Amino acid sequence: MISILQRYGWEIARLTFEHLWLTVSAMLLAVVIGLPAGILLTRRPRWARPVIGIANVIQTVPSLALFGLLLPVPWLGENAARLAIVALTGYALLPILRNTYVGIESVSPELIGVADALGMTDWQKLRKVELPIAASVILAGIRTSTVVCVGVATIAAAIGAGGLGELIFRGVASVDNGLVLAGAVPAALLALVADGGLGWIEKKLAVRQS
Amino acid sequence: MPTRGVEFAKVSYTPEGGLLVLREVSVSLPAGSVTALLGRSGSGKTTLLRLVNALVRPTSGEVMVDGRPVGAMQAPEELVSLRRGIGYAIQETGLFPHMTIERNTALGLELEGRPQAEREQRSREILEQVGLDFDRIRTRLPWQLSGGQRQRVGLARALALDPAVLLMDEPFGALDPLTRAEMHAMLKSLLVQKPRTVLMVTHDLNEALFLADRILILAEGEIVADLAPAEVMRSENPHVKDYVSAVNQMMWQ
Repeated sequence: MISILQRYGWEIARLTFEHLWLTVSAMLLAVVIGLPAGILLTRRPRWARPVIGIANVIQTVPSLALFGLLLPVPWLGENAARLAIVALTGYALLPILRNTYVGIESVSPELIGVADALGMTDWQKLRKVELPIAASVILAGIRTSTVVCVGVATIAAAIGAGGLGELIFRGVASVDNGLVLAGAVPAALLALVADGGLGWIEKKLAVRQS
Repeated sequence: MPTRGVEFAKVSYTPEGGLLVLREVSVSLPAGSVTALLGRSGSGKTTLLRLVNALVRPTSGEVMVDGRPVGAMQAPEELVSLRRGIGYAIQETGLFPHMTIERNTALGLELEGRPQAEREQRSREILEQVGLDFDRIRTRLPWQLSGGQRQRVGLARALALDPAVLLMDEPFGALDPLTRAEMHAMLKSLLVQKPRTVLMVTHDLNEALFLADRILILAEGEIVADLAPAEVMRSENPHVKDYVSAVNQMMWQ
């Protein structure tokens, strides 16, 4: 254990940082796309099924296959990290999109009626009523996505995008369990910390109804 | 603010792809009158109420508030000014669960962009009018209040902008009989102090008799009875008799 840290300590730190960078960039992109898209779907419910369906399909593609499929795409294929971020964004999209949509849709129609009766504009309704009430559900989606992203990001090493997966793949190739653990344990810890931290915020945002 | 009357002229409503809810309803509610709307579930009471603040749009016919046609009103500024002039109180689900009592109460003023000091003063004033201790409950959330207190807050919010028209959809439906009687007395005195055009949906004939100066009974989308409270007990109208006998049955069982 200590010898692993002595030998790979610096590398683990660097790869953890890389891993974080991949995950955080992908998550930011996914939130920037997924949140407004989810809101838009509540305004155009007819699109909800097909759009959430497509996001669903993306998530069912095995990650290794998705990385491979995107490799020949012109601009993406040039840079492994860029490709990895785009693929991770694809995975992260569904929970955010779905939870945003479901969270807002589940605000009771009576409350929406009251908001309308108070003369709220669509924007005021969104900002003052729908988003605050749906916040914890939306955050639960972001949390799920983050954990998925941390996991899938390990596979990004297969296309040379770096991250903790690099240690795992090297360890597997050289039948060195210590090396596999040097990658797997920090990745698992990252997932746990993200899950715990976001879970805490989620609880803070939860609105008690009765 | 002028006291506004409400008029329905041959109003029909059929939801998209649904069955007819209202059939050519014509009735005029003079300014300052208190009208109770009775009827079975699904008779169209709530729809009739929601036509007034344009939450529901008539399929045909016209709804006039203070002489202004509201049925096809689309311009956002017009809708906002119409709705801010109409108080709307529903069963206790109507408070926003993430807002404090003070914010819930003064939400109309917040939306109007009034300063915080005015919002605080108005919510204190109106919450005290409905019998609540402002300083004790201002920072609480709706779930921390009892059903009766929530109902008072809902009524306070509906009155915060001093509307000339007040719509109430079973506002006291979820309350125990004692709290309900208190609320009736309070509302009555508020309306004596300051008359408003009130349209209230209720299932409770006693509530209607106590509060209203006119009772309408709705059945299958049509007004089947329109009478003063004093006429109820000796009415030969079968719909009215149904209500009276149901109440009597409860009393003597």
